[in-house]
Amino acid sequence: MAAWPAVWHETMTESAPGTAVVLSTDCLTRHFGGLTAVYEVSLAARMGEVHAVIGPNGAGKSTLINLLSGDLPASAGRVLLRGVEITGLPAHRIARLGVGRSYQKTNIFLPFSAFENCRLAAQARLPSSMRFLRPASSYHALNEAAEAALAAAGLAARGGVVASALSHGEQRQLEIAMTLATRPSVLLLDEPLAGMGAEESASMVALLRQLRDSHAILLVEHDMDAVFSLADTLTVMVNGAVLESGTPEQIRASAAVQMAYLGGGEAIHD
Amino acid sequence: MDFHIFLIQLLNGVQYGLLLFLVASGLTLVFGIMGIINVAHGSFYMIGAYLAWSLAAQVGSFWLALPVAIALSVLIGLALEWLVVRWLYKRDHLYQVLCTYGLILVFEELRSVLWGDDVRSLPIPAPFNYSIPLTDTLSYPVYRLWISAVCLAVAFGLYFVIQKTRLGMMIRAGATDRDMVQSLGINIQLIYRIVFAAGIALAAFAGMIAAPISAVAPGMGNHVLIICFVVVVIGGLGSVKGALIASLMIGLVDTFGKVVHLELGGVKLLPELSSMTVYVLMAGILLWRPAGLFGKKL
Amino acid sequence: MSATRGNGWTGVLALALIALVLAFVPLVAEKFYVQFFAKILIMAIFAMSLDLLLGYTGLVSFGHAAFYGVAGYALALITPQYQAANFWTSFPLAIAVSALLAFAIGFVVVRMQGIYFIMVTLAFAQMLFFLFYDTKIGGGNDGIYIDLRPVARIGDWQPFNLDNFAHVYYLALALFVLVFLLLRMVLASPFGRVIAGIKANEHRMQSLGYGTFWYKLACFVLAGATAGVAGYLAAVQFGVVNPEMLGWHLSGAVMMMVILGGMGTLTGPVLGATVWMLLELWFQDITKHWHLLMGAFIVLTAILLPNGLIGLYGSLARRLARNHD
Repeated sequence: MAAWPAVWHETMTESAPGTAVVLSTDCLTRHFGGLTAVYEVSLAARMGEVHAVIGPNGAGKSTLINLLSGDLPASAGRVLLRGVEITGLPAHRIARLGVGRSYQKTNIFLPFSAFENCRLAAQARLPSSMRFLRPASSYHALNEAAEAALAAAGLAARGGVVASALSHGEQRQLEIAMTLATRPSVLLLDEPLAGMGAEESASMVALLRQLRDSHAILLVEHDMDAVFSLADTLTVMVNGAVLESGTPEQIRASAAVQMAYLGGGEAIHD
Repeated sequence: MDFHIFLIQLLNGVQYGLLLFLVASGLTLVFGIMGIINVAHGSFYMIGAYLAWSLAAQVGSFWLALPVAIALSVLIGLALEWLVVRWLYKRDHLYQVLCTYGLILVFEELRSVLWGDDVRSLPIPAPFNYSIPLTDTLSYPVYRLWISAVCLAVAFGLYFVIQKTRLGMMIRAGATDRDMVQSLGINIQLIYRIVFAAGIALAAFAGMIAAPISAVAPGMGNHVLIICFVVVVIGGLGSVKGALIASLMIGLVDTFGKVVHLELGGVKLLPELSSMTVYVLMAGILLWRPAGLFGKKL
Repeated sequence: MSATRGNGWTGVLALALIALVLAFVPLVAEKFYVQFFAKILIMAIFAMSLDLLLGYTGLVSFGHAAFYGVAGYALALITPQYQAANFWTSFPLAIAVSALLAFAIGFVVVRMQGIYFIMVTLAFAQMLFFLFYDTKIGGGNDGIYIDLRPVARIGDWQPFNLDNFAHVYYLALALFVLVFLLLRMVLASPFGRVIAGIKANEHRMQSLGYGTFWYKLACFVLAGATAGVAGYLAAVQFGVVNPEMLGWHLSGAVMMMVILGGMGTLTGPVLGATVWMLLELWFQDITKHWHLLMGAFIVLTAILLPNGLIGLYGSLARRLARNHD
């Protein structure tokens, strides 16, 4: 495990003047036995930007997100948050530093209502939940944060519904709502549009555009229309390594990227 | 410590450890392959011992009683799987624990009804009822050596069957993907039944061969069970290698803990607190390795 | 179990009513039944404490009796020979001992998952059992007699006399109500919601920023301390402590009470404790081999009644509602 600074503030620190890089990696690598899932990936997510990571299946994109969020420890390389190393920190510590992530496979609290899902997520922002006296429902700030998160994700009317009774698309929306309820400054989104219909996807893209100004967003997606309309920076991963990184125009024009996709069976549409 | 005393304790420790391994391997087998935690596993150790005792008394020969007792244990295992265990496959471990705990009570009471509550003993059977002299005054019972040998033989037999035979292959496949195996036309239900019966037969067999050197008493099964848990926790669930190493560790620690004298700061620790040594060992290993020595994280 | 249960005052009202009814027991019943009811109340407290782990956090502890027994032994050990202990010091002390023990064991054990947790909790409980069984600390196999019950004197005033079995009953009743309300409050608090979240999806809780280890440990300590309340009361009631109070048969029995009544509720364990104690009484009347009946009952309950009696009631109510439409 990496050693981290003795003085550690679990609040937002000022980013150094001149750079808006919030989350970056340096030769991040992850092995699974003999298989290298992520190989020396270096990238940066900037404040006010959407950075999309795309690539054929099996390219290591989800593993990359897991490395950034702390769900998986890195085999080598570093992850930095506002210039400070966070490699090796457990997921909950990274989350408290303002990094929120959503999951590709819906990872919600099925027995709770949609509202309670978001309320519990918002409650994580309290310095500590070792509070035993007042009922949780009396913390109005948290209730409001939960309502706001639900509304932002388009679930304002469905707060009282038990999560297991929501449709698949609604559950995906809840997945995002929960992440938003923790008010992170960095959003790591693993295929946020997966399983959503056309209308829901459009709302989600609109939401992400809104969030872009005040967040650094790193997302993994397969929906190319959404990616190209939303992303400021694109990183293409193939077989665990970065093939190319740049603006949407650069990526679209790149012959290497075309090859990777056509070779893998997916074409990039114009 | 005198060398010969040390040797005797060493042999005892190894023998105890190997016996534990026999019981623990049955437990791990059933859990690793069927996903069932059977806390009544220890009861079969007791049932084996009582069967051996009562059959030997009736038939007059330990060696004749043994195969009959084994056959009976297997039958009981098959019946139990059919009656009770098969309802537990998809259930949370909590319910498996509770259900099999109920079985412990049933078996304890049946034992009380059939064979009473007195402590029984079984003479060491010929031709192993003699001791090898080590010194003028010390000797070592050959029967204990025989127990160790038999446990090792059974362990090898298990390894062979599971790793090298077609049945073993089906069993291992069933452990990883029950539905797939079923769709291949293999009767997974039957395999599970066989595995379960084999698992408890191992425990029963251990009880049978241990009967001549230990007391055949009520509660013997529970004690063995808990030590088995410690074995599995230390060794790591699903690891037979871990179970073997852990069994031997426990066998040695427990045996030596009873004869060694240890005093720290005026407090007499050993042999007074010898029954705690195993648990202290477990706590220590867990602090170092929460998944056991060779366990995979669940 | 839905996230919002026990809405406000109906639960408290029901509790008050039941407590009121129970308050009449010593006035109408003879000593045996008063003590029997006290025993039920004690077991109810014990079962509620286990449900914190089983039903609310999802931690299957098979060694919970350790915290119950240790509190009883704490009282026995600080009671001076031929004198009575002071209730106001011995009671908090006993609970503190249980809590401390729960912290020590929990620290090692709470990080373990699933089946390991079950086995390890059992193993640690056994370790304590042997500590008291094999050594002279706890009087060995026979245990320790508490000849004189603790005295509850404050200055010149003695609010209750624990040599009187009716007073013991009322103490048990009062503590039962107190524990029920306390646990209810804790379960509705932010801490309680974290616990529920951990049971529902621990991974997601960590991903949201909760250090789940400490919350599980805190819950383990709370459960242990509450079990200590029951253990202290049991020692006072029976006047003797023995290693069986730490034994796994008791751990199994209390687990059974929780599941029989219905996990994940506070009323479930209370119901389960009541039914279990009544069954025990009835079975003991039928045959001396009543363990056979108990065992068979447990097997059947585990297979057929996973949601306990409360769950049964719930599904029956739903079916009736459906037939109604």
